[in-house]
Amino acid sequence: MDIGKDLVAASATPLVLAILAEGDSYGYAILKRVGELSDGELTWTDGMLYPVLHRLERLGYVEARWGKSETGRRRRYYRLTQEGRAQLEEQRQQWQVVDATLRGIWKDTLERSSERLRPAPGLRAAWRTT
Amino acid sequence: MTSETPLETQIALWREYLRRHPSVRSSDVEELEDHLRAQIDGLTAAGLAEDEAFLVAVKRLGNLDAVSREFAREHSERLWKQLVMAPGGEDGEDEAASSRARTEVVVAVVLATLAAIALKVPELFGLHLLAGEGEAAAFYVRNASLFVFPFLAAYLVWKRGVWERDGGRRNPVPGWVPIVLLFVAGLLFANVYPTLEPRHTLALTATHLPIALWLAVGLAYAAGRWCDLARRMDFVRFSGELFIYYSLIALGGIVLTAFTVQMFQAIGLDVEWLVSRWVLPCGALGAVVIGAWLVEAKQSVIENMAPVLTRLFTPLFTLVLLAFLGTMAWTGTGVAVERDVLIGFDLLLVVVVGLVLYAVSARDPEAPPGAFDALQLLLVLAALVVDAFALAAIVGRISDFGFSANKVAALGENVVLLVNLVGSAWLYARFLRGRGSFAALERWQTAYLPVYFAWAWWVVIAFPPMFGFR
Repeated sequence: MDIGKDLVAASATPLVLAILAEGDSYGYAILKRVGELSDGELTWTDGMLYPVLHRLERLGYVEARWGKSETGRRRRYYRLTQEGRAQLEEQRQQWQVVDATLRGIWKDTLERSSERLRPAPGLRAAWRTT
Repeated sequence: MTSETPLETQIALWREYLRRHPSVRSSDVEELEDHLRAQIDGLTAAGLAEDEAFLVAVKRLGNLDAVSREFAREHSERLWKQLVMAPGGEDGEDEAASSRARTEVVVAVVLATLAAIALKVPELFGLHLLAGEGEAAAFYVRNASLFVFPFLAAYLVWKRGVWERDGGRRNPVPGWVPIVLLFVAGLLFANVYPTLEPRHTLALTATHLPIALWLAVGLAYAAGRWCDLARRMDFVRFSGELFIYYSLIALGGIVLTAFTVQMFQAIGLDVEWLVSRWVLPCGALGAVVIGAWLVEAKQSVIENMAPVLTRLFTPLFTLVLLAFLGTMAWTGTGVAVERDVLIGFDLLLVVVVGLVLYAVSARDPEAPPGAFDALQLLLVLAALVVDAFALAAIVGRISDFGFSANKVAALGENVVLLVNLVGSAWLYARFLRGRGSFAALERWQTAYLPVYFAWAWWVVIAFPPMFGFR
């Protein structure tokens, strides 16, 4: 499924913060985790993660430090800060409101549309002829 | 890091491409490279060949231009090139470059301080700065440039490493020898001649010695390649930028001293003696070396300012000259010839030569003739006509009242500048009509530089005896 650009952008912050809440991580691992969590449905352009991480760093939600990868390359690790944790909690509540609202309206429309989808007998006859 | 395998070569090329984006820092490149390599490792572990893995990894990373735009949005300050805080200092990268930059700052500050101290040394021998008229004042007026240019030259020599390059091996004379000789000559000719009232030749020495000694600075700048015309043009650019930086520093200095005096006055202390005897003169000298350091440090970081100002002022000066000529033709008044007027016209020619020089310095010699070139020609022609009027008047006056040191100097300068402008006009015209190349004009300007220095030395060396040291 192709998820729209705006939605990807909007979900990036809570997603990255939530993944870092599981433990310190780095860019490539964060993207792999996103892939696992969404069964590969939510895909980002990999390069776009880094400006997001830098923005979160500037806002003070994450801290970055240079470390070493298992093969000895220099690698930048990110850690969630106290502020980041608070931000994550706030975002979680916001998303829950959005989620609950959408669920509510989708339930309604689903019920109504399933009624409408049960066609009248005359129509059914018309369908059969075409 | 080895770049032997094809994969490493590809990654190196990718890195180079990414580095070219101004909003992406080298630490970002490193972070993205780590990502790329981790991705490639993952894909090859899943069975892809290295080159396939590279292509897939690069594709997934996305359009680098778009990524760099995102970086720019996040770090907009990076698009403003930062000069003093040498980039790359963070995260321990480019260690060598930033330590070199630090050494350079230290050397520049030390030399600037030495220049400031040098100014105060003669006071130990009873020659007080600001002693009003008399021997002490004359001493400082004559020698002003000698207090600072040697330190400026020393900085450039240190920076260029003239010592090693020309020392002993290729050239029997080390590169710094002619520079030192020029300064010694300047010192001698400025001080051995007596000066008699009304001290006109003294004033001429004071104004011409800086120009004469600027040659020594040029030699230091060119580091043994003074004959290379391209190098000379670099020196012209350096001089222009130094002038602009010096003006900016001077403005800051004025604000600083004004505040200093005001604030101490508020608590009943008069610090004007400190400002006028120490802060202003020492700062004025030290700022020359600091300005040179700034110009050298920012050379590749920030666009040159002198050509920008040239673009701005060429049309305006052309307009003023044409308006002046028009008014003169309309009212029928001639040029009233005083000595000051002739010096004023000399300065006008200096400005016009400067506008031409800096327009030439920033122009791509390969580009075809454009409207700006035509405007330059118009400017030069207008200046020539205006100057012809002034020159005709002064020649008449000299034949009436005879020669004096000042008049001859002003006249000589006028001729030197006039010859340059006539040559420029001729070459511009040829270029605009497609008969000559722009490079010829550039060559003319750079090849002409020694003429200015020769004239300045001539005034310093020959004028005092010629006019009886008066």
